[in-house]
Amino acid sequence: MADLSLRHVSKRFGQVEVIRDLSLEIPSGEFAVFLGPSGCGKSTLLRMIAGLETLGAGEIHLGGARIDTIAPGDRGVAMVFQHYALYPHMTVRQNMAFGLRNIATPPNEIERKIADAAEMLEIAELLERKPGQLSGGQRQRVAIGRAIVKQPRAFLFDEPLSNLDAALRSRTRIELARLHQRVRATMIFVTHDQVEAMTMATRIVVMNQGRIEQIGTPMEIYQRPRTRFVAGFIGAPAMNFLPVAAVREEAGHLVVTLPGGASVTTTVPAAGLRSGAALTLGVRAEHVHPGSGAPARVDVIERLGERTLVYANLSDGSTIVYDEPGDVVLQVGETVHIAIDGAAAHLFDAQGMALHG
Amino acid sequence: MAEAEGGIGPSHWTNAAFVAPYMLILLGMLFMPLCLGIWLAFQDYDMLGGWSGGVGIENFQNLLDDRIFRGTVRNTLKFVLMTTPAFVALGLFLALALNNTLRRSALLRAIFFGSSVLSVTIVTLVWRLVYLPDRGLLANALGLFGLPGVDLMTSQVWALPAIAIVTVWWIIGLPMTLFLAGLQQIPPELYEAAALDNAGRWRTLTGITLPSIRRTIVVVAVIEVILQFQLFGQALLITGGGPDNSTRPMVQFIYEAGFRDLQLGFAAAASQVLFALMLIAALAQFWAGRRKGV
Repeated sequence: MADLSLRHVSKRFGQVEVIRDLSLEIPSGEFAVFLGPSGCGKSTLLRMIAGLETLGAGEIHLGGARIDTIAPGDRGVAMVFQHYALYPHMTVRQNMAFGLRNIATPPNEIERKIADAAEMLEIAELLERKPGQLSGGQRQRVAIGRAIVKQPRAFLFDEPLSNLDAALRSRTRIELARLHQRVRATMIFVTHDQVEAMTMATRIVVMNQGRIEQIGTPMEIYQRPRTRFVAGFIGAPAMNFLPVAAVREEAGHLVVTLPGGASVTTTVPAAGLRSGAALTLGVRAEHVHPGSGAPARVDVIERLGERTLVYANLSDGSTIVYDEPGDVVLQVGETVHIAIDGAAAHLFDAQGMALHG
Repeated sequence: MAEAEGGIGPSHWTNAAFVAPYMLILLGMLFMPLCLGIWLAFQDYDMLGGWSGGVGIENFQNLLDDRIFRGTVRNTLKFVLMTTPAFVALGLFLALALNNTLRRSALLRAIFFGSSVLSVTIVTLVWRLVYLPDRGLLANALGLFGLPGVDLMTSQVWALPAIAIVTVWWIIGLPMTLFLAGLQQIPPELYEAAALDNAGRWRTLTGITLPSIRRTIVVVAVIEVILQFQLFGQALLITGGGPDNSTRPMVQFIYEAGFRDLQLGFAAAASQVLFALMLIAALAQFWAGRRKGV
């Protein structure tokens, strides 16, 4: 199993620079998720690793050997495509055997590998069918099976769950996590869905505009976002962002005032920040509590069953969302008072960089 | 049922009105002539002498005994066997070579298709100049290599292949375009998957591309068989059917029997033979195409 290493990789399509001088190390056996909005370059990056796109500059190494100069088939990677890309005229068995035949694998070994993969993925009874006779979920399994039989050093997944319905998607997430535990191969998974990233990744690479915003474990990314972009991209509902001003210091920590006038004591060291600096306070819904504090008018109530999201407008018109377990007895238009858990709040400077305590 | 329910549900006489224009044309221009032709094939019908009653299968017996007709069947079959594989192979080759977004390819596609719009008269005129024994392009080209010029148009062996070459040059655009359309239906992801599956160019062609356009190949083959069985203009204008009937196609025989000799019954019988041959060939293609895989 191999370390994947991207060194100063860049790529442009015409005038558009899609990957900007990107370097990244993925240790062997990781389940790395490239997460970002559409057009952030995550798929392009994956395709560059696969060899389906050329590099503008830089190098890619897998298991210590440079791979960006060799043909896709020789790189030791297998890819599961967004639309599966199964060969429609071949049976499931032929689909899985195609790559192995091309490298002159002995027929009995091909059969053994297919049988093993089919058993693992529970598709043994589908082997003689053609892709057109399979459901979306079954095709998905076949596509994964086609990758498994090659025993690649790295698996590449290009948004493979986006064509599945919600129930199947969450089941497949669990199965992929299980598969990763079982085959222990390096897996790189591209998605724009933060739930997929949070649930499956051992390491998330958050990308934006061709650059890496942050690399970290799911909880690191969630709890300590390095930029305002990461903070806003991860988590549902999205993090609240409120314009605040730094007012004073309290025991070395910065105190800021909300639009309504209420103040919040953060855990961010005050050193180096002048009073009155314009900052952005970021706080997740679970760290906003009703009861005391700034007044806000309830705008929308979303009942999700196990919890309820309340969207309320502060006096300056900015919206803040908080959640409560179970149901609430509020009405739209009522006034609530909300307090922010300063210890869990984040502060971002004018460039969108987090100020960490 | 209430009329308000419109077209869905029980049939209504206005529905027929929508189909009527097409049905009238189909019946009047296709179905009736077909039936009339079949009927005519069993009659003694002379355009000057008029109808002299049914003659059973006499027309067909006469055809069977007619050495020239048997020759035209042979010529036509030979011509179909020469041109159809050429249309499929060359059309596919051109489509594969030009299936990209380069400007050069767009130009070449237009050029290869361009000749299809020419009338048979122009095409044969151009190629007669090419085939001209002493001063033609072919003779000049051979002369460059010190080879003697050949007169293809008067050679019993080469006249039919020469007409086949003209035909392929003339209408290669249609199979090329059909194949291009077929190739563009193949999802690019399949080729990417094949690249990751270590498939080389040849393996990709035989394992991915050709199976993916199998239906198009059948369609092109069927279309070309049907078209090439109807060889007429090129043969008439380049060789007139000669030398010694070696290039005379069935349609020319039918034309001469019907419109020169005015024996409509006899010509109609020959038409039925041509129709039967085309039907058999086309069905065989469909059958072969379907058998190769579901």
